Amino acid sequence: MQLPVEKWTGKIREIAIGAVKEEGGSRSRKLVVGGQSALPFLDIDGTIPHPPALGMEVVDVISPDFPALVKQEFDDVLDSAAKRAKKCVESFGADFICLKLEGANPEGSNRSPEEAAVTVKEVLAAVSVPLLIYGCGNEEKDSKVMEAVSYAAKGERCFLGLAENGKYKSIAVASMANGHGLVAFSNLDINLAKQLNILLTDFGVKPENILMDPLMAGIGYGVEYSYSVMERIRLAALMGDSMLQMPMICDVGTAWKARESSVVDPHLGDPKRRGPLWEATTAMAAMTAGADLLIMRHPKSIALVRVSVNNLMKGGV
Amino acid sequence: MPLTALDIYKHLPKTNCGECGVPTCLAFAMKLANKQAQLGECPYVSQQAKDTLEASAQPPMRLVTIGTGEKAVQVGNETELFRHEKRFYHETAYCVVIDDDLDVSQIKAKVENLKDITFERVGKMLGPDMVGIRAKTGDPIRFAEAIVAVKSSTQLPLVLISDDPAAIEAGLGAAGSSKPLIYRALKSNIDAMAKLAKDKGVPLVVYGESLEEVASLTDKAKAAGLQDLVIDSNFGGVPLHNMLRDLTISRRLALKKNFRPLGYPTMVAMKGSSDEDAIRAALATMKYASIMMMDGVDASQMFALTTLRQNIYTDPQKPIQVKPGIYAINNPGESSPFLVTTNFSLTYFIVSGDVESSKIPSHLMVVDSEGLSVMTAFAADKFNADLVVKFLTELKAVEKVKHKTIVIPGIVSMMSGKLKEKSGWDVIVGPRDSSALPKFLKELAGKWGLTGP
Repeated sequence: MQLPVEKWTGKIREIAIGAVKEEGGSRSRKLVVGGQSALPFLDIDGTIPHPPALGMEVVDVISPDFPALVKQEFDDVLDSAAKRAKKCVESFGADFICLKLEGANPEGSNRSPEEAAVTVKEVLAAVSVPLLIYGCGNEEKDSKVMEAVSYAAKGERCFLGLAENGKYKSIAVASMANGHGLVAFSNLDINLAKQLNILLTDFGVKPENILMDPLMAGIGYGVEYSYSVMERIRLAALMGDSMLQMPMICDVGTAWKARESSVVDPHLGDPKRRGPLWEATTAMAAMTAGADLLIMRHPKSIALVRVSVNNLMKGGV
Repeated sequence: MPLTALDIYKHLPKTNCGECGVPTCLAFAMKLANKQAQLGECPYVSQQAKDTLEASAQPPMRLVTIGTGEKAVQVGNETELFRHEKRFYHETAYCVVIDDDLDVSQIKAKVENLKDITFERVGKMLGPDMVGIRAKTGDPIRFAEAIVAVKSSTQLPLVLISDDPAAIEAGLGAAGSSKPLIYRALKSNIDAMAKLAKDKGVPLVVYGESLEEVASLTDKAKAAGLQDLVIDSNFGGVPLHNMLRDLTISRRLALKKNFRPLGYPTMVAMKGSSDEDAIRAALATMKYASIMMMDGVDASQMFALTTLRQNIYTDPQKPIQVKPGIYAINNPGESSPFLVTTNFSLTYFIVSGDVESSKIPSHLMVVDSEGLSVMTAFAADKFNADLVVKFLTELKAVEKVKHKTIVIPGIVSMMSGKLKEKSGWDVIVGPRDSSALPKFLKELAGKWGLTGP
């Protein structure tokens, strides 16, 4: 019986997130992702130098519709984003923090770019893992926020998000100004994902400074679209398409958007068990389809997925 | 590898007699290659050609049926490694296992409790597909009694679980003509198990510690006259890494190398029921498990797994559709806003999510756009004023709201005039993008002076 090995010609780009002291940053270590020449966990085909990285989301301002089941895990640190980040790293083992500056939204708390920059500095001081920093989604505001953030985190090699088709220039400039990377977001479409990477590199962003977010939908909420788009992206990358060889990042916190994840309905089991499982199952779908980084929300979910990643990376006999 | 038309043509009589209904043998070969014709339609094909062609025309993975009647489960016959290449055909069948050391009333209660892990979701019933009975006592009589108890309480297909041919023989007697699956034949008992399966005409799981061992055992079972096999290479017991690897190797060999000894559906027998096990089950559902046996799965786990399964096994060409209807969001009343969108599931999820997060009580009418999104449906004329009018009438929208005002997606603003004229409703053009709905609805509620439902 001959092993049916697939020899891929392409390889996922190896990307480092965060900068240590020697590089002008203050992280205790860099996070390196990508670099593999194989489909997820299939080391019969090629080498897989790094496991998927498991990070956690920290929002600057907790919005009223934030999932209660996640929020209660942070009951003791609701007063500060930096404390929540610290808890994510020290208690829940996050490999990185994705700091979302949602409070900058003019329709919400409308925090100023300066306030956002202060939060970034506090979080950088509170944790030593690398940071991803996302804006609030309002293009005009984000251009100012990201500029401030870029300077506040100068030299730390954070990845700023989200760059999108049609609105990527200001964030690209902010990322290039102070040695950061960026997260390129596309809406469930392999062609748009590729196009955005081309636009960004044409604009001057180096490929090694780009992570791709193809939009992760949770189970029951369109996961099959994300799953197949990601599989297609990954296959194209392994077949040699350099404009799709950036590592993929998936925000699996979206799992909580599905009402079914946490609705109180005795027939669907205990939401305290179902919610984290919903997120963890979404995370498994993301990793199986090719995710190199996951942004997670619930400590139980990240714990479950951590065990799976360890088991998936080390083979037995 | 499927045969090409030219490969097939070589084996045909090449007389161009036309009796098969196609003018030339080459044209017939092309139809065969496209699976649009049957070899039997050629009256002159030689037996030797038949044998050769039929062997290679078999699907690379055997289709196996377990059980009888409406609840029968089919597994196998998959043709793809990736769902986007075409689709996955047969959903991973979930089997819940019950031990035979319980008394009859306990067993019946366990079967009855399966309804606690069965759910309705987008119009489909999701839950266990099979019931396994495990010969834990080692007493064939107890085993048979347990099987009778299960069989009298459910129509779901059965899996008979024992390595002891004597127990399986007793179990098969109790199972009657219900065509259960036998778990399992292994190196030490394969002759006896194969004989039992053959005599009763039931499918058999062949178990080996490695894929090589499985392949050698399926060859043996095949030589004994069995075709309906399921394979298990301890997928449920090895580290996750090896499970993924071995299930992938097995599927690749069957599909890409046409390796017959592994061209069967796969069985993953779970060893536990923790959430870590549920995660293993999720991975196996996506990557190539045909059947999964689980002990003591809880409602949360089953709901997450069946939802994932439903998603992954959806035909990528045919998006999941939401049932047309008027959906109540945030507990609306007769003065609440009334919106319309299409029945593409993703469209519905996004729009309903945005309406929900607006906190404004609203009605969302979903019309049948044949599963297309708003923009695509509008372009294809599957979402127009006539259709909206039809559903306003059919769904008795006037009974839901007094104001007779409908909010339509910004993208289809062009239909507003015609819609107003045909329906007699006032039309408000909503935002182009659903993400602007919370703001839009809050403003609308403010304008209408709405405080509650």
